[in-house]
Amino acid sequence: MAVTRRDFVRQSSAAMASVAFTTRGSTLQPTVEQGSSDLADRQLCMFALDAARSAGADYADVRVVRSRRQVVQTREVRVSELRDDESVGIGIRVLVDGRWGFTSSHVLIRPEAARLAGLAVEQAKANRAAGSRRVELAPVDAYPDGEWRSPIEVDPLEVPLDEKIALLLASNAAAMGVTGVRFARSSIESTCINTTFGSTAGSLISQRAYRTYPSMLVTALTPDGTEYQTRGSMEIPPMGVGYEHVTASDLEGRAREWAEQAVEKLTAPSIDPGRYDLILHPSNLFLTIHESIGHATELDRALGYEASYAGTSFLAPPEAVIGSFQYGPEFMNVQGDRTQRGALATVGWDDEGVPADAWPIVRDGVFVDYQTTREQAGWIAPLTGNDRSHGCAHAASWNQMPFQRMPNVSLLPGEEDLTIDDIIAATDRGILIHGRGSYSIDQQRYNFQFGGQVFHEIRNGAVVGMVRDVGYQGRTPEFWNSLDMLGGPRSYELGGTLYDGKGQPTQANAVSHGCPAARFHNVDIINTARNA
Amino acid sequence: MADILSERAARSLCDRALRRITAETAQVMLVSRVAGNTRFAVNEISTGGDTVNVVLRLTAQVGRRCASITLNQIDESALAQAGRLAPEDPELMPPLDAQTYAPVQAFFESTAALGAAERAAAAGTVIERATGADLTASGFLAHDASATAVANSAGLFAYHRSSVASVSTTVRTPDGRGSGWAGTTNNDWARMAAPADVAERAIEKARRSANAAAVDLGAYTVVLEPTAVASLVARLAAALDARAADEGRSPFASGDGGTKVGERIADGRVTLVSDPSDPELLLQPFTDEGLPIPPTVWIEDGVLRNLRYDRYWADRQGREPLPQAGGFKMEGSTASVDELIGSVERGILVTRFWYVRSVDPRTLTLTGLTRDGTFLIEGGQVTGAVKNLRFNESVLGMLGMLGRVVDLGRSERVIASESGGLGPSVVVPPLVVRDFGFTAVSDAI
Repeated sequence: MAVTRRDFVRQSSAAMASVAFTTRGSTLQPTVEQGSSDLADRQLCMFALDAARSAGADYADVRVVRSRRQVVQTREVRVSELRDDESVGIGIRVLVDGRWGFTSSHVLIRPEAARLAGLAVEQAKANRAAGSRRVELAPVDAYPDGEWRSPIEVDPLEVPLDEKIALLLASNAAAMGVTGVRFARSSIESTCINTTFGSTAGSLISQRAYRTYPSMLVTALTPDGTEYQTRGSMEIPPMGVGYEHVTASDLEGRAREWAEQAVEKLTAPSIDPGRYDLILHPSNLFLTIHESIGHATELDRALGYEASYAGTSFLAPPEAVIGSFQYGPEFMNVQGDRTQRGALATVGWDDEGVPADAWPIVRDGVFVDYQTTREQAGWIAPLTGNDRSHGCAHAASWNQMPFQRMPNVSLLPGEEDLTIDDIIAATDRGILIHGRGSYSIDQQRYNFQFGGQVFHEIRNGAVVGMVRDVGYQGRTPEFWNSLDMLGGPRSYELGGTLYDGKGQPTQANAVSHGCPAARFHNVDIINTARNA
Repeated sequence: MADILSERAARSLCDRALRRITAETAQVMLVSRVAGNTRFAVNEISTGGDTVNVVLRLTAQVGRRCASITLNQIDESALAQAGRLAPEDPELMPPLDAQTYAPVQAFFESTAALGAAERAAAAGTVIERATGADLTASGFLAHDASATAVANSAGLFAYHRSSVASVSTTVRTPDGRGSGWAGTTNNDWARMAAPADVAERAIEKARRSANAAAVDLGAYTVVLEPTAVASLVARLAAALDARAADEGRSPFASGDGGTKVGERIADGRVTLVSDPSDPELLLQPFTDEGLPIPPTVWIEDGVLRNLRYDRYWADRQGREPLPQAGGFKMEGSTASVDELIGSVERGILVTRFWYVRSVDPRTLTLTGLTRDGTFLIEGGQVTGAVKNLRFNESVLGMLGMLGRVVDLGRSERVIASESGGLGPSVVVPPLVVRDFGFTAVSDAI
């Protein structure tokens, strides 16, 4: 029987307004305004902006967010988790005398919005207790009737659960059919986030973002039970599209190959550590880009605003690196991008009402620009000649404050249309890595150690067999300057992660990274099983 | 000001939600939360936040079918459909009957009453100390008060209130060549270390850490401060799962289909316990299903004594379930960190670790880097700063880190989250460990 959430939780706001819980004691009170949610959310935004102005805010922005996340997870022959989470709330951010205040609540009624606005202004005033810097926001145009939606073909939350469960159980069965496989887990995660944004800069914007993530993990055990290995479906990324991504991913069709590789890992020889040329498939390279370029080029980090947790950056100070730091070879080009179709950080506007942007971060091997918000753009405008934000403000949810988060940061393909097979054929002694594995990098993004899912040894231009226990260590500037072969458009793929952590309190950001296959010369390969 | 739900209010709401669900059995978890934070950086208060939320999770069961939904805007009348969501689930357990719980007083008004003004004053104190020392402070103050209720259609009701606060700061030299971290956390703001004291600790580390020298890679005797110990031992605590061990995919699997319970897995002075009512831990005394969490000895004198069993796996294995609390304590001695340093002829002092990740789950091998205060010890004294280092180490077994313990110091409550904010209650000692493996130098400061 096909049952969607619509069948058991009526989503019309009239129904939601009928009875609901608040924190105000044991009586049930309405916590949402009557009327269609879209109109009501816009009206609440406008009301909250007025309330913030009246309370003394020099600037305010408001987000009313309705998010829904559904997880269907199976294990072998059973459904192990089936949950459908909805979170709704309002966040109000104000500037008073150049200081921020931010408050949020799950209660979507006007008296609560008024309370939040007043509290945010009080908080901003309290924040004058230390320091003298005034926040100055970069100019932004007004978008009084903005609207944007993820480009989906099939709404993942409208697909019957039975269909999802059947697909996952069939995928598990395909994996379990391989001798040596003991466990198989699979899941489909679907998210829809509706955001209504309003600001005193004159914008009122509605956006709907979708995220879809099918995944699988196969575990193989040796017959005597003394050894186990896993193989995850890491070539399939989460994406900012609909259920068509699940269909195209073909978990069931590929499960057997992943299962066979999990079994093969049990007996694959352990890597002989040393220096090798390293060929990274996009499913591995995307995370290396994320860690060593994406985070390093965040302007708040470079200037010390994330020093206590996420860290600072080796790319600092801006005046010493913009236009001069040699990130890699001259055929290396990296783009910040919030417009890329299907990518996770793609939006119409960011959480400050700045339209989505695409701009070079590394051009012809040279670092040329950071990721910025409205607060930050002016800090480097004399160096970049650009006084506008690149639109990198984002908040993970209604109850968290927007701050600078990573856009899609992608390595552009080379001009020559090389495939990964062409790169393998050109390599005498190398290691080929598919899929993300363990990853760790220091707080200034210099020293890193990354693993992978599947490793193959290459000799004389051909793959000679699987190896295991591989990790690669490096120092970011030397690593990227060792890039000596770049795949072309045919080898370009999008990777991504749903839960990139940054900030205090920590916020999760969903972000994609596109890249071709690439080769790095003479990289330090370690054996991760011999360090124990 | 918004409040968390009282026991009476929570019970009333749970009852009303349960009555609306027509499924054969139903369970409700209701969490109300009021939280706030203030951030500072570059000697300025940068941002902050105050938030209120109530989350209701409903789990409905029809026959052996089960599903959960979570809402923070709630239409009860439609919930009865939830039970039709999943196919038969052979691991589903019947709801628990009413249980009794040891009371845990984890809620403190001093924490719950914190507001933006108090936070700003505390941040201002840290900034003032750093500015006075010609250094640059960044950091984070956070507090959270919550009430969790669990109820089900078999008559079970559990309720627990808690509060927790933390202050942490990273102080850097203006030229970026030195960095020091310090932090503190407690359920009771009134009992926490003063922000000025936290600032002074970070300032001292920042000053001493400037102009670090690189040391040769290899195995060193290390003095790990409690915060550093917590980030490694937390991985061990998380892996204490019986099912994974029984299934052969855990560092606690014995390799012959059994587990390592009863085996020596660490130095004889290593003891790991969790007791929800321990005044240093103050943990929620029940699980999401309402199962009481008993005091448990996980590792005793180096011997693995227990692994956690969920209700299904316990039933399948023919034993009682053993839930694991959301925090732990590792027993120590009375020695201070300085006394431990005094006992080391040559070694490295580690303030905290960063980006700790699993490298090989079979052996609980981790990698990560030192950060914000790494020093050389010579002749029982700190003689200089060293560049940060990457380690690759197994935590477990007599060949692993906990098998190479040289000495333990006095246990203390630490910030156990890498983010430096609120996290599980963790009480650990500083440790001296021999032959700790550093595999790379980092230029990060």
